[in-house]
Amino acid sequence: MLKENKKIIEKSKSLGWVLEPDAKALMKLQGLDIPDFILTRSFEAADQFLKASRGPVAAKAVSKKILHKTEHKAVVTGIVSSEHLRNEMERLQKLDGCENILVETMAHGLEVIIGAKNDFQFGPVIVFGIGGTSVEIYNDIAVRMAPLKPGDVFSMVDSLKAKDLVLGHRGKTGVNMEILTHLMVNFSYWVMEFENDIESVDLNPVICSKDRCVIADARIMLLSPSL
Amino acid sequence: MDLKYLFRPKTMAVIGVSTSQNSHPANVIYNKNHLRYPVKTFPVNPKGGILNRETLYQSVEHIKEDIDIAVIAVRAEFVPGVVEQCIKKQIGGAVIISGGFAESGNLDLQNRVVDMAKEACFPFVGPNCLGIYAPDYVDTFFLPGERIIRPDKGNIGFVSQSGGVLVDQMVKFAGQGIGISLAVSIGNKAFIREIDMLDWFEQDLGTKVIAFYIEGFEKGEGRKFIKRAEQCSKPVVVLKAGKSTKGIEAVSSHTASLAGDYRVFSEIMRQHCVAEADNEYELTSFCEALSCYPKGINPNVGIISLSGGHGVVAADACELNKISIPRIEPATMEIIKENLSPEIRNIVSLVNPLDLTGSSVDSDIVTSAKYLSRDKNIDCILALLIPYSPGVSADIGAKLSQVARNEDKPMIAYVPKEDKYKIIIEGFELNNIPVASSVDGAVLMAKALKRCRPC
Repeated sequence: MLKENKKIIEKSKSLGWVLEPDAKALMKLQGLDIPDFILTRSFEAADQFLKASRGPVAAKAVSKKILHKTEHKAVVTGIVSSEHLRNEMERLQKLDGCENILVETMAHGLEVIIGAKNDFQFGPVIVFGIGGTSVEIYNDIAVRMAPLKPGDVFSMVDSLKAKDLVLGHRGKTGVNMEILTHLMVNFSYWVMEFENDIESVDLNPVICSKDRCVIADARIMLLSPSL
Repeated sequence: MDLKYLFRPKTMAVIGVSTSQNSHPANVIYNKNHLRYPVKTFPVNPKGGILNRETLYQSVEHIKEDIDIAVIAVRAEFVPGVVEQCIKKQIGGAVIISGGFAESGNLDLQNRVVDMAKEACFPFVGPNCLGIYAPDYVDTFFLPGERIIRPDKGNIGFVSQSGGVLVDQMVKFAGQGIGISLAVSIGNKAFIREIDMLDWFEQDLGTKVIAFYIEGFEKGEGRKFIKRAEQCSKPVVVLKAGKSTKGIEAVSSHTASLAGDYRVFSEIMRQHCVAEADNEYELTSFCEALSCYPKGINPNVGIISLSGGHGVVAADACELNKISIPRIEPATMEIIKENLSPEIRNIVSLVNPLDLTGSSVDSDIVTSAKYLSRDKNIDCILALLIPYSPGVSADIGAKLSQVARNEDKPMIAYVPKEDKYKIIIEGFELNNIPVASSVDGAVLMAKALKRCRPC
């Protein structure tokens, strides 16, 4: 497993970051939950996936030239019809450097960010925050040094202003803390394992509900070899 | 590496003493130690000469006795040569006062000194520092004795990268009656660094709290420091400089932009039970409180005041510092009420914060503190004593201290810091109960205690 991890990281080094499908493959190797997906250029295959997945899907362009997908309009969510899927696939394939289309099922729940950073003074640290892609606006985050203990995960949640969104409020069930803890602790160990390769990681958003915590997007920035 | 020669020296050589310039740092250091400290002090200048009818040694090697500590205050380019002589003479360690090293771009020169010292196991403080102030032992600050305010000997160990901050903090400690066991300005920290000081203070019986003023760590050093601090059996307090987010480069990930250097620092300190003070006043309060109560507690305070206003002021400060003022049990209120003087029984307010009114007497305060300490919702007592009330006696400090010791719950007192109330203040402090000179200060002391318990 370590070898497979290493292989993916090595092949991404020239690019400086890990493509989303590869980043998710790394997370899956660590036992973390990612959405069902198909990686294809064929509309027929994608359409079959859409029909089989009994719910909306997301389609994303996989391109070495597109690091920030949202800004390049390289992500489409909530696709339910074949026609919508066909139009968007055609558009995505025209984007700069598009090699493949990642089509995946969409999860429902609370959007959180789980991130890691290789800090100059403290080495790997883990970030947890509310808001997924809007995380910078809320700026409601907690930071702890990796590796995490289960108690750290609880204290991170507890320290947020929006902790009730995670723990459940007004009759709504919250996030499954056991699954969230498993995810964050395992993620932190993975980060420790590859601290010499990693500059930062965004698992953002991670969609958390009472049943699952699914990594809907993952970006891994690698350290440049000169450092 | 044994640091006792540096911090508990019996003999000292001061290198760089001038025959012509009496305000030279080396002269100030030589004079104050020679005249006022038990350490036997030898002046050294390569040119020799006579100062105050004493002959200067041309080299440390000419001194017959064994030397524990060398204080080096010569121009940067001469430092490597002097260090070499010190090593040859088998001196126990040095303080290098001189500037002109890494801080002004001369990293190579600094590294030359470090390499020599590392090879010879010759520990040194600095360069570019004030060095060591160890009450009753030694003082390498090149500030004339009459110009600085020195705290008494006490149980706080303090380490600062900046000499200026160190001296300033000493004034604040002295002002609050806080004593120190050892204060060290580590300057460029080329050899002795924060982690070495943690090791020293942990084994030093005279130190109860270890405080740091930190500007930054080297690559990966923060992790080592925090792991060491977490294992340390004594409370560690830090004050961080360089908190602004200015200068953070545009970064390509959300995580990197969210987790700026200071945020990472601050949250990791808390994660590992290190108390971070927001400013120098907090640092002072934290040190005093933690020297009396090293264990962490849950932040639930019971407040006793003799005026409603003080209770409200304290409640505001508690909210600001995320300290809770929980409801107390009806049974607690009842038993307090039963034991109060009949005159005040119907005018007091026994809802937390308690207002015993200006008509209360010592026994009312003692009773309230006793039963409030026994309430299961309360983890700490704040006694806001207004000594202007006619019923409060000079013995109240000593009496309440007895309660705190019997009930085994932390108590923090507020008494205005005035000479005429000194007997009350000492009644607390001599019994190891911390006293703040303001209501806010008392709340900050409670804040210090709420750091997490070492797991």
